[in-house]
Amino acid sequence: MSFFATLRVALAALRVNKLRSALTMLGIIIGVGAVITMVAVGAGAQARVEDQIKSLGSNLIIVLSGNFTAGGARQGSGTQLTITEDDAYAMMREVQGVQVAAPILRGSSQVVFGNSNWATQIQGTSPEYLETRQWEVGSGKAFDQSQVDASAKVVLLGQTVARSLFGEADPVGETVRIRRVPHTVIGVLERKGQSMVGQDQDDTVLIPITTARKRVLGGQQVKSRNVGSITVRVRDGADMATTEQEMRDLMRQRHKLAANQEDDFFLRNLSEVLAAQEASSKVLAYLLAAIASVSLVVGGIGIMNIMLVSVTERTREIGLRMAVGARGRDILTQFLVEAVTLALIGGLIGIVIGAIASMAVGQFAGWRTEVSIASVVLAVGFSGAIGVFFGFYPARTASRLAPIDALRHE
Amino acid sequence: MALIETRQLTKVYHLGETEVRALAGVSVDVTEGEFVAVMGPSGSGKSTFMNLIGCLDVPTSGEYRFNGEDVAGLSTDALAGIRNRSIGFVFQQFNLLPRTSALANVELPLLYGGVPPAERRERAQRTLEQVGLATRADHHPAQLSGGQQQRVAIARALVNDPKLILADEPTGALDSMTSLEVMALLQQLNRDDGITIVLVTHEHDVAKFTSRLLTFRDGKLVSDTRNPPADAAAALAARRAEDSTVSA
Repeated sequence: MSFFATLRVALAALRVNKLRSALTMLGIIIGVGAVITMVAVGAGAQARVEDQIKSLGSNLIIVLSGNFTAGGARQGSGTQLTITEDDAYAMMREVQGVQVAAPILRGSSQVVFGNSNWATQIQGTSPEYLETRQWEVGSGKAFDQSQVDASAKVVLLGQTVARSLFGEADPVGETVRIRRVPHTVIGVLERKGQSMVGQDQDDTVLIPITTARKRVLGGQQVKSRNVGSITVRVRDGADMATTEQEMRDLMRQRHKLAANQEDDFFLRNLSEVLAAQEASSKVLAYLLAAIASVSLVVGGIGIMNIMLVSVTERTREIGLRMAVGARGRDILTQFLVEAVTLALIGGLIGIVIGAIASMAVGQFAGWRTEVSIASVVLAVGFSGAIGVFFGFYPARTASRLAPIDALRHE
Repeated sequence: MALIETRQLTKVYHLGETEVRALAGVSVDVTEGEFVAVMGPSGSGKSTFMNLIGCLDVPTSGEYRFNGEDVAGLSTDALAGIRNRSIGFVFQQFNLLPRTSALANVELPLLYGGVPPAERRERAQRTLEQVGLATRADHHPAQLSGGQQQRVAIARALVNDPKLILADEPTGALDSMTSLEVMALLQQLNRDDGITIVLVTHEHDVAKFTSRLLTFRDGKLVSDTRNPPADAAAALAARRAEDSTVSA
């Protein structure tokens, strides 16, 4: 008997008892639906972490001013600015793995427009800064090197600052005052959101580093070229650890540190924190999938249960089929195909329901969910396997019946 | 030529500790074209005998040759093959698949015989015509009367052009009028198509339409008689005439 004929027989048998077939499938539908939904929620959480990593820059290295020893007393880090603007340019030039490096001078001040004002962070930097942070200018445009060279009085506003001072109006072209120095607003930055530690990254303004030093934050700086930190973006594909080591070597050389002296700077990167976060979201995703698979297994047991009942109930039918010439393996295949068909159809419906449920969760709970092709393929494969696994025992029971006993079964 | 040849056919069942000799050495030959009735009280071994000659079961000892082939040593798959090709079964309870059309029920043996779908349908339809149910091909068993259901079952037994039809109390669940119809059909198949029929029954009224009577008792064949059969078609016609007179 051909496989196609067996399939037809199995489908006909399932059609004969529609309600039971539907109820049996329900277990698998719920199981597969749960797996798809849970995996989608898990994948969504993971994707969100990955996005966060991207927005913060997993390939960022921050160079900070380090310890400064004055007369044998080690001062706290950052009390003296030990790194310079030129360190940034040197790194860009000499370290292969560095894509861009931007020096930053930080301070805080009121920013005033008309009769409203807002206290925010002032960052004096170079045009490369936006590239290191992968930050786009929403309206207007960024300042360029010539404006830095000319210490131009121009400013880029973060979203929070722009909204606080201008509301819905477009700030580009207006003049704001920072420490009484008037600056022309040339652009507004795209929204960046919160940092990992919950700090509002949009509550800042960017001005050329020269302007910051000479006109705005000046006076507190010891040497004219010193900066508070340097943000370095590592080239895609370059090794973080190697690049970090090369940067360290270059900095030590530039700062003329002897082998026994400590670094007078710090190198920081976020990759460890992010790796930990990513790992925990992965654990969450696996956990959700594992819990959902339990219901899939329960669904499989449901199939086995019903198939066993069905074999008992259809014993006479099995006997008759054997009497008219069905061999043991014909019966085995028929019941196995019935079980697998139930599981697969259930699995397909489950995928649809899972996809709808994922969307609903995304909609109502506001969570990000992602139905992946992999989870769909896995669910179909798994439900097919469940059909074979849980269908085999009842099918074998059926195929081993003796025709005379089966025919006489009441 | 002998279609069925048994020599000292014996079947022993074990029910716990006790040994039941359901069949204790039966030797009998049935020639092609015979119409045989098997009778005997329950427990006489007649059902066991039917199961053995129908290749549904294998003997504990003794020989059984079906159509010249020694059946005793065959595998279950080979037995299934013989049942599929050469033997048709008719049961007391019809044993039709529920919620399945008459046509699909008749097609069943062809399905396991590996006959292609188009030919399957055509042969099943032809066989249904032969038993007078061509117009009921798409009816489910529940939509048919008992007599019609038994005729579907007979069509199913016939569809593979078997050498032998085994009927286990085919009229047991039918009223006397319908029983006559079924017997007339079986007689016609035996007479016109030369099919060998072995039939188990309790009723002498049924057995009288066959040409040979085997009687079993305590697992043994106790009598083997040949009689000229009564004509079931004539009996049916007579009954119908009688009924119409009564109702008139």
